[in-house]
Amino acid sequence: MRIFSRRAREKVVISILMMLTAVAVIPLFWIVGSIVWNGASVMSIEFLTSLPAPFGSSGGGIGNAIVGTLMINCFASAWGIPLGILTGIYLSEYASAGRLSFIVRSVVESLSGVPSIVIGLFAFTVIVLTVRHYTGIAAALALGLMMIPLVAKATEESMKVVSNDLREAAIALGIPKYNVTTRIVLSMAKGGIISGSLLAFARISGETAPLLFTSLFSFYWPTGIDQPIATLQVLIYNYAISGFGDWVSKAWGASLLLVMMVLVINVAVRMLGRKKY
Amino acid sequence: MSKNKKSTFFDKDSAFKYLVVGSSLVVVIFFAMIFMMLLVRSYPAMANDPLMIFGSNWDVAAGIFGGAPAILGTLVSSAIAVLFAIPISLAVAIFFTEYAPRRIRTGLSVLIDMLATIPSVIFGIWGLWIIAPLVKTHIQEPIVSSIGFIPIFSGPAYGLSLFLASLVLTFMIVPIISSLSISLLSSTPVELREAMISLGATRWEVVKHVALPFSKPGIFAAIILALGRALGETMAVTMVIGNSFVWPFSSPSIFSPASTITSKIASELYEAIDVLHVSSLIELGLILLVITLVINSIARLIATRVSKRSGYT
Repeated sequence: MRIFSRRAREKVVISILMMLTAVAVIPLFWIVGSIVWNGASVMSIEFLTSLPAPFGSSGGGIGNAIVGTLMINCFASAWGIPLGILTGIYLSEYASAGRLSFIVRSVVESLSGVPSIVIGLFAFTVIVLTVRHYTGIAAALALGLMMIPLVAKATEESMKVVSNDLREAAIALGIPKYNVTTRIVLSMAKGGIISGSLLAFARISGETAPLLFTSLFSFYWPTGIDQPIATLQVLIYNYAISGFGDWVSKAWGASLLLVMMVLVINVAVRMLGRKKY
Repeated sequence: MSKNKKSTFFDKDSAFKYLVVGSSLVVVIFFAMIFMMLLVRSYPAMANDPLMIFGSNWDVAAGIFGGAPAILGTLVSSAIAVLFAIPISLAVAIFFTEYAPRRIRTGLSVLIDMLATIPSVIFGIWGLWIIAPLVKTHIQEPIVSSIGFIPIFSGPAYGLSLFLASLVLTFMIVPIISSLSISLLSSTPVELREAMISLGATRWEVVKHVALPFSKPGIFAAIILALGRALGETMAVTMVIGNSFVWPFSSPSIFSPASTITSKIASELYEAIDVLHVSSLIELGLILLVITLVINSIARLIATRVSKRSGYT
């Protein structure tokens, strides 16, 4: 027994699909909308540049958290991006069918699936439990480790699409493999590697879980990487769950800043790349 | 480059190779160290009582660390989220590949990608301050008052609950399943599609009889991958689940506050002092690591089988 004719059924299907698609994308508008709505009102020069005010007094800002996020991201990038690129070069240019390349490939794949909090736990066990205090170094270790699979994958993929003719022509001219790789293949894959690294940077800017028990939080300006450091991400978490009106609205302001930072990097990469869609 | 002497060529060449291979080995060693360090640091808890972590009671003051509610909370909240996410993401994928005009497609793919880049802590603040009150009054209270006699739907309706965590997780994993399903559905062989259309099939019939069966294994892999992501999700879950051991042993209701492995670690580790407490939390992390690696390997196994198959056609 058919309740609907085939054509009518088609109409029903379309409307159900459109409804569910709306359900999927509405949260994006809702999230961005509520962040702008709640966060824009606290935005000011003071908010962006000053230290948090003592508890109970109004004013103050999130300046130290902005500096902290950038600082930890830079330290993480400083070791995560080079190691990721080198691993990507290995996978694309030097990996044969051997056992080592299989292991490296599986590890890179698996590493990208390890929950960020577990990577944070690793940094906690290696550094925090050893030096016995919370430190930004542990956070940079965790975030850098998270960047490696992302950068390696981007490097491998953008080097793989470089035509083999170029490599063979260069080798036929007697150019050693090292120069073929660095001067020819790498320079052609540069764009993809840069956008991959930028996306990895954006990705770790939003990571919070690995920072909770590594860089912890601080109410002062960071004076070095080897101490607890405030970050935007942890500030949002701490302030949002505190339940104090002033802190919660500061958390919204910090969210607006963080989302803008992440989205701007993503949009910029998309505009520069313009290959994907 | 031609001014270099031949001997330096060789040196640089092999030096670069060693550098590249060495860096890859460093990454492998880091990965192995994650396991080793978690194993070493959870040893005090395992040595104290190997089965305690699977107990049902977590009492820091009494030195009892049973993680069963957290482990169950992780599994159940992710399973519910995946169940919610499957129809939504398949609808997005089918609408995208079969029905949407080109212009809408471009917009939709940008929106899905943007949704995937929103940090977890942002989903958390949104879930905590915007969604929780709405869910409490518009979903939980009506359900509790109508079918609350069924234990898993019983009240009272707290906003922060296992259910809310699943709901927020759903929105976070929809982009993963739908973007993977889109690429699978759009790789349906054109001949099959055209054969169906020439028989007079409607678009929905093409989807139902050709496109979906063709990409079923791949979609299954995508769903498992999303499950792995949901299991390890921390911030959003920690902020909306209520972090309490009420569920499942005191109250089986999905509207009760609960906890997950990740919420337990995130909310307790930074203030844990007792060695047993710290090592129990690390042991929970180790359990999470093993679960997610198994889940991800299964997804990868299916995915490679799928890509091999499509290589033949």
